[in-house]
Amino acid sequence: MLDLINVSYDTLIPNNVGLSTDKRVLKALEKWHPGYINWWNDLIPDNFQKSLVYLRTAVSVDPKGWAKFDYVKMPEYRWGILLAPQVEGRTIPCGEHAGQPAWQEVPGEYRNMLKRLIVIQGDTEPASVEQQRFLGRTAPSLYDMRNLFQVNVEEGRHLWAMVYLLHKYFGADGREEADDLLLRQSGSDEAPRMLGAFNEETPDWLSFFMFTYFTDRDGKMQLESLAQSGFDPLSRTCRFMLTEEAHHMFVGETGVGRTIERTCQIMAENGIDDPYDIEKIRSFGVIDLPTIQKKLNLHYTLSLDLFGQEVSTNAANAFNSGVKGRYMESRIDDDHKLTNATYPVWDMVDGKLVRHEVPALTAINMRLRDDYSRDAAGGVGRWNKIIEKAGIAFEMKLPHEAFNRKIGVFANHTFNPEGNHISVAEFDKGVDEWLPNKADGDYIQSLMNPVYEPGVYASWIAPPKVGIDNKPGDFEYVKLHMA
Amino acid sequence: MSKIIDFRTDPSKYRHWRVEYAGEVATLYMDVDENAGLFEGYQLKLNSYDLGVDIELNDVVQRMRFEHPEVKVVVMKSGKDKVFCAGANIRMLGGASHAHKVNFCKFTNETRNTFEAAEADSGQRYMAAIKGACAGGGYELALACNYIMLTDDSSSNVSLPEVPLLAVLPGTGGLTRVTDKRKVRRDLADVFCSVEEGVKGKRAVDWRLVDEAVPNSKFDAVVTERAQEFAAGMTAKASSGIALGPLARSISENGSVAYSLVEAQVDRTSRRVTITLHGPDRPVPASTEALVAEGDQSWMLRLAREFEDLILHLRLNELEVGLWSFRTQGDPEAVLAHEAFLLANKDHWLANEILHYWKRTMKRVDVTSRSIATLVEHGSCFAGPLAELIWAGDRSYMMEDEFEGDNRPLAAIRLSEGNFGAYPMGNDITRLQTRFLAEPEHVEALKTQIGETLEADSARELGLVTYAFDDIDWEDEIRIFMEERVSFSPDAMTGMEANLRFAGPETMETRIFGRLTAWQNWIFIRPNATGPDGALQRYGTGVRGDYSMQRV
Ligand SMILES: [Fe+2]
Ligand SMILES: [Fe+2]
Repeated sequence: MLDLINVSYDTLIPNNVGLSTDKRVLKALEKWHPGYINWWNDLIPDNFQKSLVYLRTAVSVDPKGWAKFDYVKMPEYRWGILLAPQVEGRTIPCGEHAGQPAWQEVPGEYRNMLKRLIVIQGDTEPASVEQQRFLGRTAPSLYDMRNLFQVNVEEGRHLWAMVYLLHKYFGADGREEADDLLLRQSGSDEAPRMLGAFNEETPDWLSFFMFTYFTDRDGKMQLESLAQSGFDPLSRTCRFMLTEEAHHMFVGETGVGRTIERTCQIMAENGIDDPYDIEKIRSFGVIDLPTIQKKLNLHYTLSLDLFGQEVSTNAANAFNSGVKGRYMESRIDDDHKLTNATYPVWDMVDGKLVRHEVPALTAINMRLRDDYSRDAAGGVGRWNKIIEKAGIAFEMKLPHEAFNRKIGVFANHTFNPEGNHISVAEFDKGVDEWLPNKADGDYIQSLMNPVYEPGVYASWIAPPKVGIDNKPGDFEYVKLHMA
Repeated sequence: MSKIIDFRTDPSKYRHWRVEYAGEVATLYMDVDENAGLFEGYQLKLNSYDLGVDIELNDVVQRMRFEHPEVKVVVMKSGKDKVFCAGANIRMLGGASHAHKVNFCKFTNETRNTFEAAEADSGQRYMAAIKGACAGGGYELALACNYIMLTDDSSSNVSLPEVPLLAVLPGTGGLTRVTDKRKVRRDLADVFCSVEEGVKGKRAVDWRLVDEAVPNSKFDAVVTERAQEFAAGMTAKASSGIALGPLARSISENGSVAYSLVEAQVDRTSRRVTITLHGPDRPVPASTEALVAEGDQSWMLRLAREFEDLILHLRLNELEVGLWSFRTQGDPEAVLAHEAFLLANKDHWLANEILHYWKRTMKRVDVTSRSIATLVEHGSCFAGPLAELIWAGDRSYMMEDEFEGDNRPLAAIRLSEGNFGAYPMGNDITRLQTRFLAEPEHVEALKTQIGETLEADSARELGLVTYAFDDIDWEDEIRIFMEERVSFSPDAMTGMEANLRFAGPETMETRIFGRLTAWQNWIFIRPNATGPDGALQRYGTGVRGDYSMQRV
């Protein structure tokens, strides 16, 4: 009998999908595997490949205890294929097929739509690893380095998860797409990653924290909507990915939080009350709060662009066909078909922002983005608690969603972070206060000096409250290979 | 389904036609029984016709070829006094569903094409001897004959009154044959096609609408004389033919159909049918005498008859079964041997008829408004004439390498000389030429592959199949393709397929099926023709159709 909770290690690829009896897919995956290993080896600098990293590896999909921690060299990490357990009698949660049994095979009618969604999701997973490939060299501590690598190997596993679906359910086409996922490269001129935000390098650790907080959260929302898919294998895959994704956002939230905490601490130690006394604050080797706000503005708005057009036929089709649901679809109290429902969507009328009602079916993207914004606000509140506790008069804020947008109704219009429509001249005048400029970047870069001593942290960041796997403060999270 | 439309018939069942055989000349009388319409609700007055009348005509033409090879000239006449033929029955058209109208027109077009081609293919010339009114579909019957004689009695005439009278087109080849075959000047054709009353006598000759107008008193004599003349100019083929016996078939509850060599598994829920054609179940005839002795039981003739009947049956009776998959099973070498025998003896009348029959049957496939996928499986016999099915399909899928638990011979394609000319499409070039329109040299190169066993890798390399899949992918790829295919709009599929199938030169045939038919089918769904106040509904009430005056 197939054990669908515990992970089987009887094949090269750990899995809970009975791979050892599915020769067809096993063969395809084993053929894909060397290309993946090459990709990984070419990517991450060599000395880190040879280092021993204290990583968690999934051993079960039981939410109560799914991971075990141990030292492992990253190329030997057991990237596995893990699906959340099948829910007996699950039905398609939304759209015209709502209530029918969930599909266990790809319905031919929606094959291309499903494939496209899986390929787009799959493309983002390795992209972020590529964007973050050099950060190990400037890690502010071994603890942070370990977190970076944990996120990286798990993004790698997410790629595996998508490749598994392509191999298992999409035949020769699927195999071709899986190969192409290794062909595209973040930032490449030849074959860039599919989404713009995934082609920018992550230049420093504050960017990394912001990225994992804001952009991984976009990933989370996409996974949440795919977890509602009527195509059950996709739903199950995404449900398990979400348990891992939580850690990525934890890394982001605590990373930004610890940066803020350190700044507040330095300000207090040195009697600086004015958070805008930037020069003085920076002279102590920490990042001033206004600059952190600017980074927040940038990453939040870039992530909003990932949700696409507010009104979208593709999104409507995906929902109506039952291929993709809304955030927490099963907890929404409506007909799950959106036959006559409407949803308020931003629009520009005579240069003014208005929200007006459109058929809810076409506003699926807008709704998911609203859910995202609410979700993203939580961590910002917790950051403000840190500032408040230090008694500093400063508040981090999510900018208005019209600010700095390149996609959707706000694109080609200029707004300030409060959401006021302003002239291009006014925007140019204010932009240095709203978005990080070159000098800010240079300053942050100047702080990016590696700290490889166990238990020691770079000047600009506070240590964590608790260690990973409850390890003590001086635990050696990475046994560096120094060649 | 209310009632299955059966295309099988024989002279003992005819209600509408009779043939008088007199050596080299046969006279074909259209004498429609007005009370024997295929459906309720109309009378077939004035020699007007419905599908049932045409099913008989198709049978007449087919039997003329196989049962009466001694006939060189067929004179088409009316069995009624004052009318040659009034065309398709208007009440029938008014009451028929859109799908029925379209299918009816397609079948009547195919029948016109086949007796028109009988002169070139079978040495049988059809001529029309028109007495009385010859209107619309009646004149279209005459147009498909290769010689038209009109009596000059100051009232008999030919006309195409569809446009002014019914707000539809003379869609059974009428418009096309007037310009392309009769080569009537376009402005005169415009005049001719927009008046209700016809053209008679000398003017009909002057306008090239008929070949000859003959004084009424001498008409019958001159017709006989012409027929004799034509017959004298044509070579004799045989003194007697073979009998086409009744075609045995069984239809099960779920719609599946079985014959001796052809079977169709119908799956109405998933809107698909799998059609299997079996290779030879008997040896190649030792001689042409043996072929004649086998009669309607020789392999390729029986296969063609069964396959043709199935095509017609599925087209008319299984409207929602939108995806046909062709497969074959049998010995490919035997297929090649049977075909080689016919090709080697194509000067023999029966061998010739069988080859042309396969050509016509394949043409029926080409104009079938269903998605067609050909599955080249292990154990199949896609060789020579059966290989045509691959390129008639909108797509083809081939099995590659061995499949677990399948010990049938590996899927392979075998080309024959026949693939390079014996079975041209309606565009008058072969399916291979049509397929490789950009690379005529590739078609030449393929000739070097005749007789070779082309397994999946070579077949794919040579562009003979769309996809080849191994054991791992086969089932899923086919399933997903089929599910996707039947989920598309059938209208868009029909339009797309009809456009993609006929690359290359235009012929009268492609113009009839592509242009004339498409326009007619569009008009058939427009309220001006078929709406509650459209011309077809109002016909006979004395009130004209109420037209939207917008030009589209
Ligand atoms: Fe991920
Ligand atoms: Fe992530």
